[in-house]
Amino acid sequence: MSDTPAPPPFTPFPAAGNISDAEREDLRRHGILLTSLEELYGWGRSNSIWPLQFGLACCAIEMIAAATARFDIARFGAEIFRPSPRQADLMIVSGTVTKKMAPQVVRLWNQMPEPKYCIAMGACAISGGPFKQGYNVLKGIDRFIPVDIYIPGCPPRPEALLHGLTQLQEKIRAERVSGPQAARHLQPDAASEFPVPDYGAHDLQPPSNPALFTAPVLPRKA
Amino acid sequence: MSLFPANSGPTVRAVHDEFHGDLLEVSMGPQHPSTHGVFRMVVTLDGEQIVKLKPVFGYLHRNHEKIAENTSYLSSMPYTDRLDYLCSMTTNWAYALAVEKLSGQAVPDRAQYLRIIMAELTRLVNHSCLVGFLFNDLGTSFTPLLYAFREREKILDLFESLSGSRMMCNYQRFGGCRVDPSPEWLAAASALVDNFPRFLDEYETMLTGNEILLARTQGVGRLAAAHAINAGITGPVLRASGVDYDLRKVDGTGFYPRFEFRVPLGAHGDTYDRYMMRILEMRESVKILQQAFKTLPAGPIMDPKAKLRGFRPKAGEAYGRLESPKGELGFYLISDGSPNPWRYRVRPPSLINLTLLEEMCLGHTIADAVVILGSIDIVLGEVDR
Repeated sequence: MSDTPAPPPFTPFPAAGNISDAEREDLRRHGILLTSLEELYGWGRSNSIWPLQFGLACCAIEMIAAATARFDIARFGAEIFRPSPRQADLMIVSGTVTKKMAPQVVRLWNQMPEPKYCIAMGACAISGGPFKQGYNVLKGIDRFIPVDIYIPGCPPRPEALLHGLTQLQEKIRAERVSGPQAARHLQPDAASEFPVPDYGAHDLQPPSNPALFTAPVLPRKA
Repeated sequence: MSLFPANSGPTVRAVHDEFHGDLLEVSMGPQHPSTHGVFRMVVTLDGEQIVKLKPVFGYLHRNHEKIAENTSYLSSMPYTDRLDYLCSMTTNWAYALAVEKLSGQAVPDRAQYLRIIMAELTRLVNHSCLVGFLFNDLGTSFTPLLYAFREREKILDLFESLSGSRMMCNYQRFGGCRVDPSPEWLAAASALVDNFPRFLDEYETMLTGNEILLARTQGVGRLAAAHAINAGITGPVLRASGVDYDLRKVDGTGFYPRFEFRVPLGAHGDTYDRYMMRILEMRESVKILQQAFKTLPAGPIMDPKAKLRGFRPKAGEAYGRLESPKGELGFYLISDGSPNPWRYRVRPPSLINLTLLEEMCLGHTIADAVVILGSIDIVLGEVDR
């Protein structure tokens, strides 16, 4: 038996999660990109969001303005507005949703393939906004479809829409591909389509989707 | 219930017709890239020709009039911004005009000039964007719109620095205007207006002689003058049919009689004339603006007797109207002496101009319907209110 010591055991590259951000940054500066499939997937998806070309009211004009040369939504990879919901990833609810329009909005959402995201742009889409007291105005699109990003304003500036879009990109990048924390669209039992309300005689039937929305309880003192 | 309820059937369906053969019924909208918002047309087609067109409104009915009847006169002013959201300055002015008639308030000279400046800048925004949208409908994907929005942003910057908001200016008040522009603002606006004809020349070089535009718009969607008058059509759509009717001349709204400008008229009433109308009107607006910047008087911008808080006009009724970029925009108010109007009614030019859409489209192809609709210039906030 020789006296030479046994070679150290082979250690594979540390998993991406075990390496510190400083080390990764150091490697990146040397031209070595260390990443995981998950990150690569999120990076690719977040930078090619195709919104649905779908304007409802005043905010739609600012949405168009965000797509023109001055604000240039193309810098964030979201300039391809698709007229067909079948080709769209993102629904920007830009304007007042009336009760007559709400069934159509929900139907469009149902027609979009997963993974899909929703931005409620402007006060009206969030809560009914200045028209909340109107008898024909839906008090927020989140009563029927899940909303990822809310952009306040009446109307929000195009910069605000771009900020909302970058927030959505961060949200997409943070999504997990597997495991119990996996993104919503990867979970087999997560709902992707939602019941379309009926335009009833007095109100939408039902007035909201109880699986998505519960009215806030206001505590009242006697 | 309407004939076409919101959830009715498939988008395209065959209509069995023994006399004409089988027809096709196509529902365009409310989500359609070229219906300018949430407008819906139910088009019946024989082959590709339109034999029937039924407009369906109400997808943006957000109760403007009912809300205004339940709130004070001043609180309705921001709502008028959202009526025609491309031209908030003119809708503000039309509403202020109606209330001033109701209460008998006078408007100082400087405010009258400022109102004309804002209205004509708005006309530049509206018409340049409309031409961009019209070309979108013709199939030139987005490019003319980029030019139009470049100019729009410059004007919106002026509006924003003056009123605090890009689109929803909320600028006019009963008896005057809210903010007095600084000399720097006026210099910047004047420089913008002086440069605007260069943009128009560029725009026209690119568009007016364009072969596709000529082929797609000349002779398409003809509207006879008599027919247009009977239907109450106003604005550039009426003038494209050769009727000399411009409220700036007919009524002499505000100080318009002090300015020298011409009213362009069309000869054929087709889509091409309606397009040219907008271009020529922008050139006239530039003339008005140049005169206004030269002759703008100094002085107050608000009637000193104007009372904004606790405003209660005496009982009575009034109708105020002006030439908005889309046509005759009127507000009809009935007061019973309370802080809220008893009745508040808008005469929306977009909706009334839209009533002859079927007549204009009959016999044309479905692709032309999109172009004709684009040339009418509608804003759904005003159509449905």
